Amino acid sequence: MNFAFSIQDVLGVLPEIIIALGACAMLILDLFLERDKKEWVAYLGIFVVILAAIASWCLINTAEPYVMGRMMVIDNYSLFFKFTFYLATILTLLLSINYAKSADLDYRGEFYTLMIFSLCGMLVMASGSNLITIYLGIELMALPIYVLVGFLKNDTRSNEGAMKYVILGGFASGLLLYGMSLIYGLTGTTDLAGINAALSAGTVSPVILTLSIVLMAAGFCFKLAGFPFHMWAPDAYQAAPTPVTAFMAVASKGAAFAAIVRVFLEALYPAYAEWQMILAVIAVLSMFYGNTVAIMQTNIKRMLAYSSIGHAGYALLGLVAGTGEGSAAIMFYILVYTLMNLGAFAVIIMMRKTGKVAGDSIYDYKGLAKNNKVVALVMLIFLFSLAGIPPMAGFMGKLYIFMALINQGYIILAVLGILTTAIAAFFYIRIVLFMYMKEPEGEFDLVKSCALYIVIAISVIGVILLGVVPGSLMELASKAALLL
Amino acid sequence: MESIPVTWFVALSAILFLIGASGVLLRKNLVIMLMSLELIFNAVNINLVAFSYYLQDLTGQLFAIFSITIAACEVAVALGILIALVRNRRTFSADEIKTLNG
Amino acid sequence: MVPYFSILIMMGFVGILGTAALVMNKIMGPKNFYKDKLSPWECGMPPVGDADRGHFKVHYFLIAILFIVFDVETLFLFPWAVLLADKTISLFIFFEMIIFLVILAVGLAYAWKKGALDWV
Repeated sequence: MNFAFSIQDVLGVLPEIIIALGACAMLILDLFLERDKKEWVAYLGIFVVILAAIASWCLINTAEPYVMGRMMVIDNYSLFFKFTFYLATILTLLLSINYAKSADLDYRGEFYTLMIFSLCGMLVMASGSNLITIYLGIELMALPIYVLVGFLKNDTRSNEGAMKYVILGGFASGLLLYGMSLIYGLTGTTDLAGINAALSAGTVSPVILTLSIVLMAAGFCFKLAGFPFHMWAPDAYQAAPTPVTAFMAVASKGAAFAAIVRVFLEALYPAYAEWQMILAVIAVLSMFYGNTVAIMQTNIKRMLAYSSIGHAGYALLGLVAGTGEGSAAIMFYILVYTLMNLGAFAVIIMMRKTGKVAGDSIYDYKGLAKNNKVVALVMLIFLFSLAGIPPMAGFMGKLYIFMALINQGYIILAVLGILTTAIAAFFYIRIVLFMYMKEPEGEFDLVKSCALYIVIAISVIGVILLGVVPGSLMELASKAALLL
Repeated sequence: MESIPVTWFVALSAILFLIGASGVLLRKNLVIMLMSLELIFNAVNINLVAFSYYLQDLTGQLFAIFSITIAACEVAVALGILIALVRNRRTFSADEIKTLNG
Repeated sequence: MVPYFSILIMMGFVGILGTAALVMNKIMGPKNFYKDKLSPWECGMPPVGDADRGHFKVHYFLIAILFIVFDVETLFLFPWAVLLADKTISLFIFFEMIIFLVILAVGLAYAWKKGALDWV
């Protein structure tokens, strides 16, 4: 491995460097702040993320995408995902400021800092072009989130959710790592392009190859909460502080997709025949399981957890298509999912009554439309988008996925996807019915916060804009998508 | 001196992996579950180092170093959460963790 | 497999020796159990409460966990030290390691300032 260092390498990973050093700076700043001034850590975090976004902006269309001895790749595909993560992190930080203050969390500074550390892991995941960097990114993303889920350390439920998450997450990385080690043994390299070349040569044992693909698929599906590996998701989502739920629902799932698409399309594509069936089964089961079990939930965070299992299924279908069109559809879907889900969580945080940290029952939404017309309308937009009802962006996201499938001849998968969308509409619309058709059971005591309004405004504009005129962004995604 | 064929190392690591995986899935004590996780990571490390030796390629050893470090960090986080849980619940048993169900 | 035959003999011998020691103790050792002897020793007083989940000092765990993490990070120093002799890259990797250690130092400074290292 010859490694000649150049300034190009540093410039290529400048966003990651900025984020990592910025997180260290936040940690140090937190030590010297009074207890009631901790939100400055969050402001520094937002500033750092914006700085990294500017650095990433300068890297669009780089001539030489591979840096750091082919460990990282700075192509437009990774940059598209990075901008999604920047957006998700900034919105989550805005959600957290008010939440952390009113819940009077201990260690508020660390709360924001851990999110930035997690963001650093996501960036590495999106850019990794080597199994080592991808694995490092996954863990750097996951470890802070384990802590964040258990952040309410005197709350037993938060402890339990975090414990389940950390044990099952560790198990998943074990599976993933074992699969990676087998791939390394088979091909003699951890470089994604090198693996592709070795697999194309076709001298590897098909049994061990299938085994390692199964193990890696299992490990990745764990991170993105696909069906047989979803057990942690509802518990962790419900137990975590609500901004963390939003963060792990959108950003960590997006990062998992960024990595799985790159690994499977760039490295394992010669074995497409082996893995497309495995992923198709996982996707279909996730869609059916997530959307049917969500019907029975009465806690809205738990319901959104099951719905996110379903959404992971839809996005995985884009990977099953195995084309550049499919990966562009995934990129679009993840961005849309980020906006609509963060918006829905912003409304949930807004609904939080004083002193009630969790326990967001769907019955709390009864009659919301009577006195709070705007909030109810906004929630309706997010729920319709999650359900995939036109003209919201969620509809366009699903449409692109299904089109990519149909163009590859997977008509049955597309039909199954549309069928589960119909099931999913039921539980989203139930909340809309609660808001509009029922009488309120008491006074609503909505949180008033400028940061929350900003998040909701950005999400609403994004969801409607991407739903009505998705063309330009989709074109961007198609250009950035991984070409085979 | 002839060297041991790579299949022996892979078999050893597969056995360790299976012991670890069954430990995580079947045992009820959270500390033992964490120990089983470590077994899985060590199985991976054996695999990586063995492949690295037989392929005469250093990447595997590099990967193993990272994997060891990350396993340690993971266990540090897990132990921290475990201590918080034990302080609140006074139990190490995975069966008694059932507030969140549904 | 011939070169490894001696290892097999050694493993067998170790096994026999270990079991022999345990079995001999079981057979020949004096057994004189009574209630006071079996109870956990607690300053000569009758034991209070549940002894099996003793009252550990949480600080011990904190320092142990910190030690594990920092200890394992030094793993990266070994390959680095081997490569440091190579003049073409020595300057670059020297500063690379300095940056790595600075990041570790931030973690240590954080733990220090938070009082995780005070043994009181």
